[in-house]
Amino acid sequence: MTTTDTPGTGASPTDPFAPSRDTTEGRIFTLVGGDWDSLTDEAISGTEKMVVNMGPQHPSTHGVLRLVLELEGETVTECRLVIGYLHTGIEKSTEYRNWVQGVTFVTRMDYLAPLYNETAYCLAVEKLLGITDDIPERATVIRVLVMELQRIASHLVWLATGGLELGAMGMMLYGWREREVILEILELITGLRMNHAYVRPGGVIQDLPPGAVDKIREFLVYMPKKIKENEGLLAGNPIWAARNKNVGVIDASGCVALGVTGPLLRAAGLPWDLRKQEPYCGYETYEFDVPTRENGDCWARFEVRVAEMRESLKIIEQCLGKLRPGPVMIGDKKIAWPAQLALGSDGMGNSLDHIRNIMGTSMEALIHHFKLVTEGFRVPAGQVYVPIESPRGEMGYHVVSDGGTRPYRVHVRDPSFVNLQAVPAMTEGSMISDVIAAVASVDPVMGGVDR
Amino acid sequence: MSETGDGSLSPARPSRGMFGVSGSSDTSGFNGLATPVHADLSTPKPYGSWYDEATDHLAEVFGGFGDAIERIVVDRGELTLHVKREHILELCRTMRDDPSLRFELLSSVSGVDYIDSPRRLHAVYHLTSMTYRRRLRLEVATTVEDPHIPSVVSVYPTADWHEREAWDFFGIVFDGHPALTRIQMPDDWIGHPQRKDYPLGGIDVEYKGAHVPPPDERRSYA
Repeated sequence: MTTTDTPGTGASPTDPFAPSRDTTEGRIFTLVGGDWDSLTDEAISGTEKMVVNMGPQHPSTHGVLRLVLELEGETVTECRLVIGYLHTGIEKSTEYRNWVQGVTFVTRMDYLAPLYNETAYCLAVEKLLGITDDIPERATVIRVLVMELQRIASHLVWLATGGLELGAMGMMLYGWREREVILEILELITGLRMNHAYVRPGGVIQDLPPGAVDKIREFLVYMPKKIKENEGLLAGNPIWAARNKNVGVIDASGCVALGVTGPLLRAAGLPWDLRKQEPYCGYETYEFDVPTRENGDCWARFEVRVAEMRESLKIIEQCLGKLRPGPVMIGDKKIAWPAQLALGSDGMGNSLDHIRNIMGTSMEALIHHFKLVTEGFRVPAGQVYVPIESPRGEMGYHVVSDGGTRPYRVHVRDPSFVNLQAVPAMTEGSMISDVIAAVASVDPVMGGVDR
Repeated sequence: MSETGDGSLSPARPSRGMFGVSGSSDTSGFNGLATPVHADLSTPKPYGSWYDEATDHLAEVFGGFGDAIERIVVDRGELTLHVKREHILELCRTMRDDPSLRFELLSSVSGVDYIDSPRRLHAVYHLTSMTYRRRLRLEVATTVEDPHIPSVVSVYPTADWHEREAWDFFGIVFDGHPALTRIQMPDDWIGHPQRKDYPLGGIDVEYKGAHVPPPDERRSYA
């Protein structure tokens, strides 16, 4: 179209598709478009299909997901997904840094669940090193604690963006407000709101700071009310129900064939949760339920995720009961990251006492510090696949070592990547408006999809 | 740890302690400290856990078992079957459908480039049995000159994107895939970036008509 040209500079008055005339209000264009008549004729006669690009810059696509939709009227006849707009080569980059530095890369994949990335990666490295049983109890409990906090935060983002996409503007504000409380706790514990690099091979980088447990206890009182409030806002809303019930349906066998896991699979009736089925990080010692629903539609996913937030609160409470004093990093000085952080006058950094110790009094500590920081530890050759249950489903780390100081290959089975494959199955044959609801219910995070 | 002892995959590398440097002042690891790890070894029976029972059963129900399975490795408690490429599709079908195996879910397919191995491109399939809560890995090796592996999309529809990714990053051609196109890199990209002989950031970047050379060509650090 030529209408974007400013008057007097651009479109010639003789443009065949946009004749114009000057008025007192400025130049007025009348768009005719030579093809339009024939287009509408064909649309009416039903032989013409329209192909519409939704995205990659579309507010309802969670970042840069592109959907190519073939439409007949408002009915979607074919849906194809195009991804890769956020590809940053994280998997390749990890091969050029040492094993500990890998944490800071993988944490940037699924950026709504960075602690899950870190934990899965570290579990894989620890399995390669054969030190899985040597991780201190307290470190494992803290890992579970921060992961479950983050599960709630992640589901809140889903609630917020999912609500916004279907017109529930308030949910955006409330979901983000509630998430902020969690981010503050995670910031207190890890120092960062996102991309924490907190979980490291061998444990976690630092212990819970003073006041963290109290803050989490406050949160445990605050959050149930807010979940109830937000659930009530949506669950009782007839528009929310109409937009979600019987929309984006996929059944359990369809999920398994397409590799779909997580809340989508559980909303289709299969209670498959790796925390229960293949427990890691001591999840077998926690009491919680795996919420399921039968329908496999967007509404069921909504109910499952809200119920999961409540289950996570249960787990967090049990974590606090399990916290016993002790180390948070493995005792083996050839693996444990040699830093001891402390708050100095210029912010958080290596504790001066620690530096004095390694520089002045312990040759061993100095050597270990130097070797670990400059080169890193070696990991015996071999490969492992470690799956954990992220907020979006099975997050699997296939890590290969060649015996060197850097990963030979890190491949991430990101749940969003796999779950997105189900979108055509959910949406073909439905209305175009239901595509938004279906994509929102998948809860894809493009940082993880594209990596 | 594995039932068969440590390091069964790495006889090429004698253990020299955790830091393992000798004869070089380079500790960064960038000057080729890593040595090849390729070794065609298999784990001797018994494998332990459920692996013996499952592999024996597979040998019964899957016709060309002896021909199809090149070697079986149990390492760090994980079972890997190295499969000849022409058998991967049928093996997957048996794995999925046999009532005693029931690997319903294909969790992931990843490519790995073992650059020093004669057949350097590997496609690694991570299968999950939801019925029995078991996991197992199938590994198919092929060469760069003939990078063809049959697609398993007809058995596991979820393999669609995984195989596209392995094609995109490693150049493994999955024959029979419904639409084997690039998935993460742009359609007109040249090369397969996660191969080991493809440099990290080794391409120039065009910005407003000017070219920024790749990092390793920007200046000399010598």
